[in-house]
Amino acid sequence: MDPLVTHVGYAVAGWLLLVGIYGVVSSRHLVHMCLCLAVLQASTYILLTVIGFRPHLPAPIFTDAITPAQPAVDPVIAALMLTDIVVEATVVALLLAIAVQIHKRTGSVDPNKVNVMRG
Amino acid sequence: MPALPIIIPLLVAALLAALGQWLPRRIMDILALLTSAAVTAICIYLAVISQHGLIVYWFGNWHPMHGFPLGICFAIDPIGAGLAALVGLLVTAAFTFSWAYFESIKSFYHAMMLVFMAAMCGLCLTGDLFNLFVWFELMTAAAVGLCGYKSEESWPLLGALNFAVTNTIAAFISLSGIAILYAYTGSLNMAEVGHTLANHPLDPTFTSLAMLLLCTGFLVKAAAFPFHFWLADAHAVAPTPVCILLSGVMVELGIYAIARLIWDVFSPVLWQQLPAIGDLLVIVGCLTCLVGGIYCYCQRHFKRMLAFSTVSHVGIMFIGLGLLGPKAFAGLTMYVLGHGMVKGALFICAGIFLHRFQSVDEHDLRGRGKSVWPMAILMIIAVWGLAGLPPNGTFMGQSLIDQAAVLANKKWVDWFIIFAEAITAAAVLRLSIRVFLGWGAGLEATAHLAPHIPMGPETKGERARIPMWMWAPAAVLLAVGITIPFWLNPTTSSVYFQSGSAYQAKVLTGSASWPIVSKQFQSHLHWHQLVVAGGALVLALAALLPRKSAMPFRVALAGAIRRTIRPLRQLQSGRIGDYVTWLVCGLAAYSGLLLLMERYL
Amino acid sequence: MKYPFRMIAFFIGAAGFAAVLATLFIKLPVDTRPTLVGDAANPNSVPLHDRYLQAINANVMVQRNVTDAVTAVNFDYRGFDTVGEEFIFFVSVMGGIVLLKQAEEKRKKPLRDAISAGRDVGPSDAMRVWVLGMVAPKICFGIYIVTHGQLSPGGGFQGGVILATAALIIYLGENFEMFKNIMSHPLVEVVEAIGAGGFVLTGVLAYFWTKPYLTDVLPLGKTNELTSGGTIAIISFLTGIEIMAGFVLILFAFLQETLVAGE
Repeated sequence: MDPLVTHVGYAVAGWLLLVGIYGVVSSRHLVHMCLCLAVLQASTYILLTVIGFRPHLPAPIFTDAITPAQPAVDPVIAALMLTDIVVEATVVALLLAIAVQIHKRTGSVDPNKVNVMRG
Repeated sequence: MPALPIIIPLLVAALLAALGQWLPRRIMDILALLTSAAVTAICIYLAVISQHGLIVYWFGNWHPMHGFPLGICFAIDPIGAGLAALVGLLVTAAFTFSWAYFESIKSFYHAMMLVFMAAMCGLCLTGDLFNLFVWFELMTAAAVGLCGYKSEESWPLLGALNFAVTNTIAAFISLSGIAILYAYTGSLNMAEVGHTLANHPLDPTFTSLAMLLLCTGFLVKAAAFPFHFWLADAHAVAPTPVCILLSGVMVELGIYAIARLIWDVFSPVLWQQLPAIGDLLVIVGCLTCLVGGIYCYCQRHFKRMLAFSTVSHVGIMFIGLGLLGPKAFAGLTMYVLGHGMVKGALFICAGIFLHRFQSVDEHDLRGRGKSVWPMAILMIIAVWGLAGLPPNGTFMGQSLIDQAAVLANKKWVDWFIIFAEAITAAAVLRLSIRVFLGWGAGLEATAHLAPHIPMGPETKGERARIPMWMWAPAAVLLAVGITIPFWLNPTTSSVYFQSGSAYQAKVLTGSASWPIVSKQFQSHLHWHQLVVAGGALVLALAALLPRKSAMPFRVALAGAIRRTIRPLRQLQSGRIGDYVTWLVCGLAAYSGLLLLMERYL
Repeated sequence: MKYPFRMIAFFIGAAGFAAVLATLFIKLPVDTRPTLVGDAANPNSVPLHDRYLQAINANVMVQRNVTDAVTAVNFDYRGFDTVGEEFIFFVSVMGGIVLLKQAEEKRKKPLRDAISAGRDVGPSDAMRVWVLGMVAPKICFGIYIVTHGQLSPGGGFQGGVILATAALIIYLGENFEMFKNIMSHPLVEVVEAIGAGGFVLTGVLAYFWTKPYLTDVLPLGKTNELTSGGTIAIISFLTGIEIMAGFVLILFAFLQETLVAGE
């Protein structure tokens, strides 16, 4: 693949990773923090997509294929991304459940204010 | 057979989830107990039969095509299977302890614990990078659900939140590392990645940084400094059976994963950089020992104190890992086994205190232990194990690590190990003396800023006596921990574990030549043990001196301690933003350090 | 740490981390050669990073009679990863329910109060007709995606999510009362557990043929037919029902705890 396109793709993935971590670090709202975590996880999708892509080749679906051995894009990467997305959805669900309950118990959703376990 | 330690708990967990609304509680307890006992037995059997070489098991019958692996494999060796057996044993102890521990919401507790056990066993046995990530995430998800189990108060939620966010960020950084390695090598199998990297090497900078990125998740899971902040928060609030597992074995799995990656994937390609990597791990270990020990001594919440003592002992394990060499690795293995038993028993004692007195605060419990004095025996034996005194598993581990340090010309690490063992033993000894003998009225200088976290009761039922199903697991664990050195010697397994090329050959082609092991390692008594024992006694008693002796020297000392420790204590702030900042800064610092050490050492 | 110190420390650390990532990305070689067809039986005949791609793409139709390579990788070649992933979903749904549960005696207001207080009024008639009319097509489409996973893009996970949204739009189109009446049946939990446990059991089938766990031992059928792939089709279906039931459970838990109890 064209090196420039690949490097731009990597740069976007790296940028999203850093921005997601920045969001978590500077967050003042628990729901905002969960969604910044989702952004962080999206950076891995982009990284995987850029790694798995092959120029000018079709998807690895051979429904209309005539002969078996046709070059196509990476199916393993697609499978990895599927697992990745399921993991992300479930982790965000868990964290949002925690956020809802923290708001109910303490009345606040600011992660900087709900800390009580210092020292 | 090799897949059974994973399949059986998952099946039983699904069964319990399906029938949970209609099954009586006892049936669920019995099923869970039988499952964990079965898994322990199977893992011990796997450890025994894998002693002469690796057992490689390809899922879906996808054997390698022309030496290229198509599917996922389990690569089982005695160390991995032994660690899985430790997982099974601690889960059995946890299920015994929670026999009527608290009201379970339908069958969720049992199902989540079984899935947790399956994930930990999977991580120990796997030979595939992405499979490693999947079990790592499953472990985190199950542990977060279990940590926040008693969500009536707000404390469990905060601990669960810190745990979840930190570990998830670390896991996804690891996944980025896996993706980068896949982009170059085109494979996800550990042996194949290592084999490809060895035959088509890239710039060592690239490989070392990729390794560090990949190990980030496991460094955070292993609670190395500066990634250790989440552990104390999670421990302070999790139910006792979950704490047994978190400290006893989940943290050690991070170290195991790092060891597996270093030796079986990266050592054939990075053999020139291996000393630098080892030195970095030793530095990580020493820092972790220091930080964990200081925080441990300053706690008044028993579970948090034990969490920080885990951090400190993890430092010892990292030192063992970083000294490279089979002797140090054998020491690490024994230390992990011994530490798991002792820590499990100590958390059971904390759970008994909670059951009996509804508190685990050192100062609230002062003097109340007289009614449960037989527990003092258990706690003294556990302190003996924490200090690494003979004949424990921890003693053999520490002795082997000492010998390896002498061989590697790094005798100065001994002082860190002595410090870690002495101060953690001193903290628990101080707590025991305070609880059982009632000495040491009033707060001391180090407990000045310690959090006082009120714990809700975890059990129902009568509290007048301690049922046998509560203290029996602790006694059994301690007995196993003491007798381990007599029937287990990990020399051969350690040598085999570290032969990365043989591992790769066995997985990819089915046959390998293993090195010959002639002599078994032995543990030696050393004056170090005396220093540790003496230091622990002195530090414990120093905190318990009566207030009346208000010597100006003592007042000045207390003031000095307070002033130096206070800024250190501020760092453990309980805020998730701080923890993630430490994660990023720590990762950047370790990368820079690794590159510097590779260039100049 | 105080907030400004935290941000300064973070920016310094992030700069270092960005340098690490940049080094890795720059040193990663970019191969500009086109992907060859290569030798189907020998993955080593193609460039390094194409080997897994080649091994699967060239062989999936021959070995398993399926045309969707992604589903084949997910449920057959790397099926064991998918077992773990399913249980991540399973345990997260359970964890979410546990985290959201309030002690029964602390429930402040019963369901009746919230609705009679006018908070949960429900949408307009136009919305109700349109949204409820979509339920049946969604279910059909979801079942189509689930069962055709081995033939065209789709599979258990994707179809399961579509089926779960069919349940969600009942809440969007009506009010929470109707959603609760339909979806809070204990059967939903049983279905989820059957999906998860069924997947593990399908792998155990292979033991009866003395093959390793999760081998595809059922008859493979003809390519491009619904019955192709052997266990892949069964696993896809079981995954679909597990994802659907799991999402319904977690949605129900969220809606119950945020709408009903004491807000």
